[in-house]
Amino acid sequence: MTQVFFYLISAVVIAGALGVVLVRNVVYAALLLIMSLMGVAGIYILLSVEFLALVQVLVYGGAVTVLVLFALMLTRTGELKEKLDGEQKPLAAVAAIALLGTFLAMIMQTAWPRDVNQLTVVPFTDIGDALFNRWAVPFEIASGVLLVALIGAVVIAMQEEGER
Amino acid sequence: METVSSSIPLENFIVLSSMLFSIGVYGVLARRNAVLILMSVELMLNAVSINMVAFAVYTAPSLFVGIIFAIFVITIAAAEVGLALAIVLRVFKNRGTANVDEIDTLKW
Repeated sequence: MTQVFFYLISAVVIAGALGVVLVRNVVYAALLLIMSLMGVAGIYILLSVEFLALVQVLVYGGAVTVLVLFALMLTRTGELKEKLDGEQKPLAAVAAIALLGTFLAMIMQTAWPRDVNQLTVVPFTDIGDALFNRWAVPFEIASGVLLVALIGAVVIAMQEEGER
Repeated sequence: METVSSSIPLENFIVLSSMLFSIGVYGVLARRNAVLILMSVELMLNAVSINMVAFAVYTAPSLFVGIIFAIFVITIAAAEVGLALAIVLRVFKNRGTANVDEIDTLKW
């Protein structure tokens, strides 16, 4: 049963991702990105890390997608049939397929230990405990980075004096 | 912490994440709109997160290193996408385009 769900969610993730890189409409690409990233939240639930699944839905389903849609809206040029892919598209496909082939070959060659199918269920409280005790300093640095980046984003995107 | 046996082998998650990563690489290389390139970067970051979380819960659950790292990846991805979209907006205001192959002032 779990396996059926795994393949179903994987199909959603991969289909959404392929849509993001292949469709010719930028808004559809953004909406397919939501689909793919919500599928990743489902993968986190299959891995029994519910906390990450919730964070994924909040951050990607909410914040990141809204930002991307606003950016798409504000950078529209009005050209109806705008070309979204460069001329290097075939080379990009070759590079991506070569990379995937390398990954798959490495995965096939690795001798995965058969006894690792024991999945550890990590409770919410333990993650919080680790985050605020063992990893408190990186956590504070990460929040500082986020604050600086968002203030920087506001400053960069702000209208300058005398601009239109 | 309790362990349960899972019917999904670890390799399946690794294969899924490498497929997602390769799709992201294709998007970054093939697209010419800066916002679409950023969306492909998000796909790649998510692939890495799946990989780390899968290894964390299957093989090394002590200290939750993989899960904590995935939380940091999500944080940095949020910062990155906010900042990068602000830069794209600024470039669009100055140059009238968001296509990366038309922004070639540094190319000689």
